[in-house]
Amino acid sequence: MSKRHDEVVPDNPDAADDPKQTKPEQKGLSRRSFLGRMGVVGIATAAGPLIHISPAEQVETSPLPTKPNTVPGAVPVTLKVNGSTHNLKLEPRVTLLDALRENLGLFGTKKGCDHGQCGACTVHVNGRRINSCLTFAIMHQADEVITIEGLARNGELHPVQAEFLEHDAYQCGYCTPGQMMSAAALLKEPCGADDDSVRECMSGNICRCGAYPNIVAAVQAARKRG
Amino acid sequence: MQAFEYNKLNDADRASAAGAVQGAKFVAGGTTLIDLMKLNVEQPTTLLDINALPLDKVEKLPDGGVRIGAMVRNSDLAHDSIIQQIYPVLSQALLSGASPQLRNMATTGGNLLQRTRCYYFRDTAYACNKRNPGSGCSAIDGHNRMHAILGTSEHCIATHPSDMAVAMMALEATVQIRGTKGERSVPLNEFYFVPGSTPNRENVLVPGDLITHVTLPALASGTKSHYLKRRDRASYEFALASAAVVVQMQGSRIDGARVALGGVGTKPWRSLEAEHELQGKSANEQTFRAAAEAALKGARPLHDNAFKVELAKRTIVRALKEVTQA
Repeated sequence: MSKRHDEVVPDNPDAADDPKQTKPEQKGLSRRSFLGRMGVVGIATAAGPLIHISPAEQVETSPLPTKPNTVPGAVPVTLKVNGSTHNLKLEPRVTLLDALRENLGLFGTKKGCDHGQCGACTVHVNGRRINSCLTFAIMHQADEVITIEGLARNGELHPVQAEFLEHDAYQCGYCTPGQMMSAAALLKEPCGADDDSVRECMSGNICRCGAYPNIVAAVQAARKRG
Repeated sequence: MQAFEYNKLNDADRASAAGAVQGAKFVAGGTTLIDLMKLNVEQPTTLLDINALPLDKVEKLPDGGVRIGAMVRNSDLAHDSIIQQIYPVLSQALLSGASPQLRNMATTGGNLLQRTRCYYFRDTAYACNKRNPGSGCSAIDGHNRMHAILGTSEHCIATHPSDMAVAMMALEATVQIRGTKGERSVPLNEFYFVPGSTPNRENVLVPGDLITHVTLPALASGTKSHYLKRRDRASYEFALASAAVVVQMQGSRIDGARVALGGVGTKPWRSLEAEHELQGKSANEQTFRAAAEAALKGARPLHDNAFKVELAKRTIVRALKEVTQA
């Protein structure tokens, strides 16, 4: 429990910021619907709605304006992500990671360190794994971006996803999308056959829970599938 | 992060003029620049994206050398068959640096221009002569375990972080530069400056200069090379000490040797002193140790990094042992 709760809760038993204390009718806007609306606001034209908003959430009144993105300095940026083309208006300083999460609503790609040190934001660009936090979205207008949401094809898990499940290769799961994107790229990269080589090839993805033994086992099993 | 104007360049001829404008910076892989922009250490007002420039080839030259385009990614260079065959030290150095994701992004030209990992340089709350000339150096009396012991000054002790540049230093690489006044070539050994009283000036580049290629000279047949890196963890970490060695043998005698060090210098550190000690000598532990002693003779350790003196010596000895084994 955080220090803040220690201080606040005894004086304020109905504190609205405690999720357990929040009554449904008090919830004007959930975190997910807020982020979802942010995502939709950022999309000028797209094939279809990217964020699923449940009927219950749709009837909530939103205090957010629904006019198009008017961020000063925003310029048209076209991104091709998981096979779909999106015409956005973004500031040049929006990273690919932030564009994926905040503008396209693809929350699978995680923000960990935001400085290229943890690998949680790993995505594929033109078939190669990169840290999406250390590159600007505007630099990838001609590129094919694949995120964790695009890894499974035709409703079938990617071998890496299946083996992560099989080998319980996670604990909290926060690093897992990045681990899986790295592992999926590794299958096509030069990497030695032994476990040490896998550890080296996966070293750009940090797991604070320390699920490494199972991650290595999952990656090796995925490689054996061919 | 400060806002900036973004321009994508398609033509190398126009890059220099665009790059000479005040506040403009080239961006390639972005792994150093964007990291430092987030920290407000770098604050370009115009970003010139050079990723579309046709500088992404590794070419064998008629004289036996190799020309590497500035946009060749670190991973592609490390796995290039020519590099692996002729210059294994370079492939090994590249693969010992960063992570697979970062190596897929980082470029040859950008790697040469990596900025230091000194935590005081990276944190604008601290004084730093490299970031803010005249403000002082927080590292000299601060935490300096990772800092340099060679080429330091009373104004700066920041370590140069690159592995690739250390290998290229031992391979006597040359940097091709396109500037507003035309093209020029600078030997890598003359490319970097030691900090002296102007640690903000790190190399010979002036506004508008764009690195276009790095050229590696041919090696005599039978030349062997090796990169050895010592660090706090087995992977994905900067060097505490590293050594790039390029050796040509005549039987058991060393016919020629080049030695460069990483993790210990304010620039990728070529040691002519070590090379002199090795020249013409028998390849044995005593010779290697003498070379290591010569390389570190001018070392100026501080309170946290004195261990680097012996670590660097042992790294040199071990690398030379490795490369001279049949």
